[in-house]
Amino acid sequence: MDALSETGVTLRRAGADDAVAGVVPRWVALPETTADVAALMRACAAHDLAVVPTGEGTKLNWGNPPERCDLLVDTRRLALEGGAFVEHSPGDLVVRVSAGLAVNALASFPGFRQELALDNPLPAGTVGGTLATAVAGPRRFRYGTARDLLIGVTVVLADGTTARSGGRVVKNVAGYDLGKLFCGSYGTLGVITEAVFRLHPAPRERRWITVETPASPASERPATGEGDALPDTAASPSGLASPSGLAAPDAFTALDALAAEFAASQAEPSAVEVDWPGPGGGPTVAALVEGTAAEERARAVLALADGHGDARIGEAAPAWWNTLPGDDVLLEARVPPAGTGDAIRAVAVRGLSARVRGSAASGVLRVTLPHDVGHEAFAAFVSSMRDDLGRLGGGLTVLAAPYELARGVDRWGPVSALPLMRRVKERFDPDRRMSPGRFVGGI
Amino acid sequence: MSAKTLEEPVRRFQEFLGHGCVVTDPVRLRTYECDGLTHHRATPGVVVLPETAEQVAAVVRICAEHGVPFVARGAGTGLSGGALPRTDGVLIVTSKMRRIISIDLANRRAVVEPGVTNLAITEAVRDQGYYYAPDPSSQQVCSIGGNVAENSGGAHCLKYGFTVNHVRALEIVTPDGDIVELSENDPGYDLLGAFVGSEGTLGVTTKVTVRLTRAPQAVTTLLAAFDGTERGGRAVSAIIGGGILPAAIEMMDALAIEAAEAAVSCAYPEGAGAVLIVELDGPAPEVAHQFGEVTRICAENGAFELRTAAGAAERAAIWKGRKSAFAAVGRISPAYIVQDGVVPRTALPGVLADIDRLSREHGIRVANVFHAGDGNLHPLVLFDDGEPGAAERAELVSGRILDLCVEHGGSITGEHGVGVDKSRYMTKMFSDDDLDTMQLVRCAFDPLGLSNPGKVFPTPRLCGEVPGVRKGAHPLVESGQAEQF
Ligand SMILES: Cc1cc2nc3c(=O)[nH]c(=O)nc-3n(C[C@H](O)[C@H](O)[C@H](O)COP(=O)(O)OP(=O)(O)OC[C@H]3O[C@@H](n4cnc5c(N)ncnc54)[C@H](O)[C@@H]3O)c2cc1C
Ligand SMILES: Cc1cc2nc3c(=O)[nH]c(=O)nc-3n(C[C@H](O)[C@H](O)[C@H](O)COP(=O)(O)OP(=O)(O)OC[C@H]3O[C@@H](n4cnc5c(N)ncnc54)[C@H](O)[C@@H]3O)c2cc1C
Repeated sequence: MDALSETGVTLRRAGADDAVAGVVPRWVALPETTADVAALMRACAAHDLAVVPTGEGTKLNWGNPPERCDLLVDTRRLALEGGAFVEHSPGDLVVRVSAGLAVNALASFPGFRQELALDNPLPAGTVGGTLATAVAGPRRFRYGTARDLLIGVTVVLADGTTARSGGRVVKNVAGYDLGKLFCGSYGTLGVITEAVFRLHPAPRERRWITVETPASPASERPATGEGDALPDTAASPSGLASPSGLAAPDAFTALDALAAEFAASQAEPSAVEVDWPGPGGGPTVAALVEGTAAEERARAVLALADGHGDARIGEAAPAWWNTLPGDDVLLEARVPPAGTGDAIRAVAVRGLSARVRGSAASGVLRVTLPHDVGHEAFAAFVSSMRDDLGRLGGGLTVLAAPYELARGVDRWGPVSALPLMRRVKERFDPDRRMSPGRFVGGI
Repeated sequence: MSAKTLEEPVRRFQEFLGHGCVVTDPVRLRTYECDGLTHHRATPGVVVLPETAEQVAAVVRICAEHGVPFVARGAGTGLSGGALPRTDGVLIVTSKMRRIISIDLANRRAVVEPGVTNLAITEAVRDQGYYYAPDPSSQQVCSIGGNVAENSGGAHCLKYGFTVNHVRALEIVTPDGDIVELSENDPGYDLLGAFVGSEGTLGVTTKVTVRLTRAPQAVTTLLAAFDGTERGGRAVSAIIGGGILPAAIEMMDALAIEAAEAAVSCAYPEGAGAVLIVELDGPAPEVAHQFGEVTRICAENGAFELRTAAGAAERAAIWKGRKSAFAAVGRISPAYIVQDGVVPRTALPGVLADIDRLSREHGIRVANVFHAGDGNLHPLVLFDDGEPGAAERAELVSGRILDLCVEHGGSITGEHGVGVDKSRYMTKMFSDDDLDTMQLVRCAFDPLGLSNPGKVFPTPRLCGEVPGVRKGAHPLVESGQAEQF
């Protein structure tokens, strides 16, 4: 603790509330500048202390528990040089921010019709936490994810080195893009202290087209064992055809057809989302049209929904829009977009009381299971879903799950590039002091 | 490294690839001695023309075993010397890897081999109402593998982004010779994002999964003539400030227009000191609305003539002058340097004025063509190579322009890459710590430093050396005792 105090950075002893996925750190530091972070990291390097960076702490339960954790680096007091948290260049549509800032602060800029085109969920996490977990909301379909909007980054590595990549201009191909590497790195490579984002014109208007499609018998079918969950579709040309083992077309096939029409519409929706409430319910598909002539374009999208169910246009988002379907037990399925219906069906046929929500246009779905699902059922769900999704060309990760439930389960699943990722980790953090063990393959 | 050192690798390449795919004839080797930056030349030790990823992997593995450096090459249109070969190494050319492996419109993606040209992808899906969005001006010839290496952009990247925003997965051969997939859907580090734009220094791309984009419902192209770049620049700021994100905003100054007229008779408005090309695309009602706004903004900022393309032919006519600009300056100058730098859009007027001052100070003409929407300048520095000292002055002006970009918080390259050409400018943009940190990525992928050595980074460090200790060139490298990248 002495070595840490000598840095002059505000410190306190950690309590049970500071636990990272169940592991209680020894101290919490509250650095105010990038230089503070560098000083802390140097002190930790000298005394072999393990570090976990944190923002609002809303997602500290995501990922594996750290192997060890001495110091929590709380970024919420971090400011840019000069003390500001935000430096907005309206004429360049660029903003430079401290990583500790709440993402919601970038939703609008008073006096300017500009926004950071990242969806802003509630409760808000920090910029750093959002980058480090690489979560993205509905509009990823149009704008991509944080990595596509990030144009510059400042990071502090495990040994205290401060490095910058990118810059303040959108178009820039000088050097490696470290920002991309730090996106989704779960605090295992270093601490992000500053970020520069490109902004977009804020849309004048928004309309949501919502279609409640009827439930189909398939979604009510109880699980009948693992084998027949999803027939092998590898023989079909795209590998994605609707499985023949179930009555087709069912609600999930219809959902794919509708989502595909929405996504391909020249009215250019920014997002096409799906929400499946669980066994017995029909999927709801919703599209967002934003910008000029939103109403007229929304009507063009609505016309595509003819015969698909109860469809309407609204000026407000459906209540579930841009929210995660659950907290405690949360998984993420990724499939080629046309496999969205098949992926939800794969969840449905397992008969668990699940809920699925996410981007039908991008094929990124969050699945939640009841917290009392039980270890066996959970492990079986993960491994059999991985088989099914693998056949669709996709995969499954466990974002959050209590330790007991996920015991022995590989939260991340197989990754072709794992050996390369390990080598990256070894170069950036040879002593394994940055969030050790939290990431893929125990990185 | 002597030719003898290559003997054994060459024999093994022939074994794996067949004699037809291994070039050792000095005359044929010389056709590969440079890319689009023609004043850097080196004859490759040997050229291989693999047809499959497995063959690429075999070649790379042999290189790794023998410590032989290798350089990947696509179409050789790069403008920073990225594909400059090594006389002591292997040039891996992807020209025989040109298959479009699959097109999957339901998932808006295509899988292609690295030698496929950028335009071929669009041509394969255009009839179905799709296209591949990044559109470098060289798109008819440049390869997708080269685009990935350079993170290429095009006129339309203002709205649609760069190669990195349109690549969903890559199959690469690592510098160890392993075939690995990097996919946006895989959990773990975003190595896909780190690989794109790494200029061939992290391995060889053997397969690319690209995102296909739905063709817009409407496209409107508009040409506005101004008395000079200052007014044109103000119009650009007002358009962007007005919440409009055009697909493209391009500007040419008087000298660039003069060159284009001489070369392709594009018939731009007479007396124009600057022309602005604005392309709007998207849903028809949105484009119609934005067209009204842009027209108004241009007029308010002093446009003295406005033309709108009524169809594809007229659109092509408007673009013709812009697209010919690089080659066209050949008509008004015996020699020229194409520069590529970026400034924040708001700094454009000041930087253009500074370029003008530099030009007058050194007696070197500079024609300006630029992607005005994102502040990406392409100054064409004109000189007479017959005149003693002119080349040096042109080089000086060209370099000073990059300094201006850095001083204004911009970048030394927006799309042409660093290659060999600009590695010495990297230290102006980045600190030693920044560069050392980038080197960590390099060392993770390529600890032996065999993949396109000598590119991008100015003062290489041996992998495994303690960061921070090095100042200047590594002593072993300096004394010629060690080969470094
Ligand atoms: C569509 C959508 C809806 C969402 N809905 C909800 C919701 O309803 N409820 C909810 O709670 N969340 C929701 N989220 C997620 C949440 O907003 C983000 O995960 C959040 O931004 C995390 O921020 P945090 O500050 O709480 O991070 P933390 O929980 O503090 O940290 C998360 C991870 O990032 C690492 N990290 C944090 N800061 C840094 C840094 N500066 N450098 C390096 N690593 C760092 C941590 O070590 C940890 O591994 C949603 C996200 C999306 C996209
Ligand atoms: C007239 C003209 C106009 C241009 N306009 C633009 C423009 O608008 N925008 C733009 O961004 N660029 C432009 N360029 C530059 C150039 O066309 C691009 O950089 C292009 O991406 C290079 O592709 P290539 O196949 O020719 O690559 P090459 O020149 O062969 O190689 C370029 C780099 O890529 C690496 N590389 C090539 N293939 C592979 C592979 N399979 N695996 C790993 N590394 C590989 C090489 O090692 C080298 O470092 C232009 C060039 C010309 C001549």
